Amino acid sequence: MSKLITLIIDDKQVEAKEGERLLWVALDNGIYIPHLCDLRMARRTVASCRLCFVEIEGLPNPVTSCTQTVSEGMVVRTRSPRVDRLLRTGFELLLSNHRLHCAKCAKNKRCELQKIAKERGLKLKLTRLRQLVKEAQIDESPGVFCYDSSKCVLCGRCIWADQEQVKVGAIGFIRRGIGRKVATFEDGLLADSICTQCEACVKICPVGAFYLKEDERKPYKIKKEC
Amino acid sequence: MNSVSPAIEQAYQLLRAEAQQKTEILKEKPVILLGTATCGRAAGAMSVLAAFQDEIAKHQLDVVLRETGCMGHCYAEPLAAIFKKGFPPLYYGSLDEGKARRLVNDYLVNDDPCYEFAMVALEPNDFFPTFDDYPRGIYEKRIILADCGLIDPEDIDHYLARDGYSALAKALTSDPAWLIEEIKTSKLRGRGGAGFPTGIKWEACKNAHGAPKYVICNADEGDPGAFVDRALLESNPHQLLEGLAIAAYAVGAKQCYIYVRSEYPLAIKRLKTALEQSTARGLLGQNVLDSGFNLEIRLFQGSGAFVCGEETALITSIEGHAGIPNHRPPYPATAGLHGKPTVINNVKTLSYIPHIIRNGASWFTSIGTPNSPGTAVFALAGKVVSTGLAEVPMGTSLRHLIYDVGNGIKDDKKFKAVQIGGPSGGCLPESSLDLTIDFDSLQQAGAMMGSGGMVVLDEDDCMVEIARFFLDFTQKESCGKCTFCRLGTKQMLDILTGITEGRGREQDIDLLWDLAEDIKLGSLCGLGKTSPNPVLTTIRYFRPEYEAHIREGRCPALMCKSLISYHIEPDLCSKLCNVCIGSCPVEAIYTRPDMLKGIYPDKCVKCNSCMVACPPQYKAVVKLSPPAPESPVGERGSEVEQANNPDH
Ligand SMILES: Cc1cc2nc3c(=O)[nH]c(=O)nc-3n(C[C@H](O)[C@H](O)[C@H](O)COP(=O)(O)O)c2cc1C
Ligand code: SF4
Ligand code: SF4
Ligand code: SF4
Ligand code: FES
Repeated sequence: MSKLITLIIDDKQVEAKEGERLLWVALDNGIYIPHLCDLRMARRTVASCRLCFVEIEGLPNPVTSCTQTVSEGMVVRTRSPRVDRLLRTGFELLLSNHRLHCAKCAKNKRCELQKIAKERGLKLKLTRLRQLVKEAQIDESPGVFCYDSSKCVLCGRCIWADQEQVKVGAIGFIRRGIGRKVATFEDGLLADSICTQCEACVKICPVGAFYLKEDERKPYKIKKEC
Repeated sequence: MNSVSPAIEQAYQLLRAEAQQKTEILKEKPVILLGTATCGRAAGAMSVLAAFQDEIAKHQLDVVLRETGCMGHCYAEPLAAIFKKGFPPLYYGSLDEGKARRLVNDYLVNDDPCYEFAMVALEPNDFFPTFDDYPRGIYEKRIILADCGLIDPEDIDHYLARDGYSALAKALTSDPAWLIEEIKTSKLRGRGGAGFPTGIKWEACKNAHGAPKYVICNADEGDPGAFVDRALLESNPHQLLEGLAIAAYAVGAKQCYIYVRSEYPLAIKRLKTALEQSTARGLLGQNVLDSGFNLEIRLFQGSGAFVCGEETALITSIEGHAGIPNHRPPYPATAGLHGKPTVINNVKTLSYIPHIIRNGASWFTSIGTPNSPGTAVFALAGKVVSTGLAEVPMGTSLRHLIYDVGNGIKDDKKFKAVQIGGPSGGCLPESSLDLTIDFDSLQQAGAMMGSGGMVVLDEDDCMVEIARFFLDFTQKESCGKCTFCRLGTKQMLDILTGITEGRGREQDIDLLWDLAEDIKLGSLCGLGKTSPNPVLTTIRYFRPEYEAHIREGRCPALMCKSLISYHIEPDLCSKLCNVCIGSCPVEAIYTRPDMLKGIYPDKCVKCNSCMVACPPQYKAVVKLSPPAPESPVGERGSEVEQANNPDH
């Protein structure tokens, strides 16, 4: 059905199936584009993290590569002053609402935020923005894992896994605006919900929001940190 | 191309003739049309209605008393038009129960038209001026507001008698392709905010694969301060239904939705009545006007969130999910409701359709500017004398709109800025007053047509506070889906709040600017993309005001509470009146032995009561910014002298 086309990403000629999402075409060809919310398997792109911007020749503004389908002859730049600026701001915005404490985090060294920082030379601390103070809010009720919403970047991957992959429907987004969060239907404990503790959400979470208890280095008290 | 089908035309002629007959009989009697739209009700129209009813019953008069919609003159509500044979038809404004009773007694019983309460005549005559005798009448050009307030929205005969639904009859005898061509030629642009060409949208939907197709009328109107759509729904619902039916026929849809916010109960009631009546007359439903065309229009009551007005969120909401925007493309015209091709148009956009079909595309393009033909409807509010709805041709200057249609600034204050387009729009300064308004010129200036909200600001309005106010709204209304809008608006709001509370830092202005630019570019939907406009325009045009807050702790408009203090001028205080003391809710005002009044700065909550209470012949209460330093206890006297010190 879909024919093969050729496009250029950062001066590299790559082949892809027409209509594929640019983000995955780039990643498959070893070209990194920061991304948090998009999943290759998902039917629908949510385009909510806003980190995967690229420039495409002929388009006036940077576009999100997860929503952009590839076509013959497309010329893509994954880096430009505007793309870098958007990433820097978007990344710092996420950090401003993320309870940074990598040393004690269960996902230390396996965290997608750390990866983005490393790949793009960004600091894992706030340089311009104020910390929107977030206290740890940890649900330790499941047997082997925890959910800490103060680490969540609202990428929605866990919800996709829960609803579409394992089809349980234990978690979803609640509230709006700055109050938006991943929670069970009544914002209660996971153990009190229909959650089967299958750990699909733990496997897919790019940051230290869903994590295995065994990965926690040192148990820590709930306290405010930056 | 324009094959005339006699059956449709006949069916329509019959309906109209009946309606005209019925309304003609009414003209023999005196008629009172009282505006009871939401704006009229807020001003007390329902008690005026009761007074009219009561007085008419007392005198056993044969008078037609009808409730109508909004006439656009909100500053003069409650408002009634009275038609009586032998007299010019007149508008009476600012009615109350007493005036209503007098109008019945003096005018309807005794033939004295009470010119002293009359506002304006509706037809040229020898006794009283008409709108054309005022500057407002010269600049206003009413198309979609023309019948508002002059027809009973709950009686379809009023609409039919004025050629209502004749455009639908004409459309049904035409080729849909011709209709779309006509709308394209008219260059009608969507009035929901962005100004997208309506004909092109319809064409895309018509040509898109997939069935069934849908047409949705967007009547969410979540923008604070905008009420044009509400007024249209409450005053002339059939105009919208006719436009919607034409749109459906043109794109090949059989089902339409009107997405109306549930906070508009009167609009919903009047829409329901209108739907029932037009269905009963065969203008909707099965086999419309014997044409074979079937059409169903459903009302959908929205949750009222601002973001639900965004088209992709609106569609998700009709589908039964939380109203959260999605990435476009695909655009609704190709994949909308249930993934099917869908046209979404605003109430105003659809209300123009019958007029364009009836009068022709070239009539429409003869009004307004080449790229934005037609009229613009604004809800004038704020510090302007004549608040209310105004419909003017595109290309009218802000100056004419504010000074001629709106009759200038209240209380002889100085104009400072005009905020256009609500939370997505921007603030334009005095130097922009000669800007002629259309979609493109506003966009260039950093504002937006938006939903037609126009708030006039004067010297007492602080531009940083205005930016904070609008951002506070968008920040709370953000759906929270995407990073830039959810967190960016929160960061900007915190910075702005800091500045208005005297905690601004030198780098804040540049940081605000950078964040604003990134949020504009980075957000997923229009809410986020436009939310920085109030910040960007106030920095662009009023930067010194930001600097005064940050560098001097001074609010030039004396509005930001943390940056002002209240004082009583000894030279101006009468010493004997004491009114301010009684007005203060926290007993912060004291009397000195010499009877002069003073204010304890530590007790004062800056509620402004004393300033309002101090009689106009003294005006002794003053605000100072930056706040005068607190004087040590026991030396209250010196502080009063400070207030008198010209150095302040
Ligand atoms: C946050 C947001 C709120 C909106 N609210 C409304 C609204 O209340 N009414 C409306 O007609 N359009 C609103 N729009 C615009 C719609 O998305 C859409 O463009 C419009 O309904 C199309 O109609 P038009 O082509 O007739 O303008 C809103 C857009 C955004 C981004
Ligand atoms: S562990 Fe629970 S919440 Fe997580 S995906 Fe499985 S069922 Fe859903
Ligand atoms: S918990 Fe993890 S996977 Fe779920 S939304 Fe938050 S960051 Fe994404
Ligand atoms: S821009 Fe704001 S309202 Fe729009 S999707 Fe993003 S978070 Fe939601
Ligand atoms: S991966 Fe593209 S917006 Fe998140």
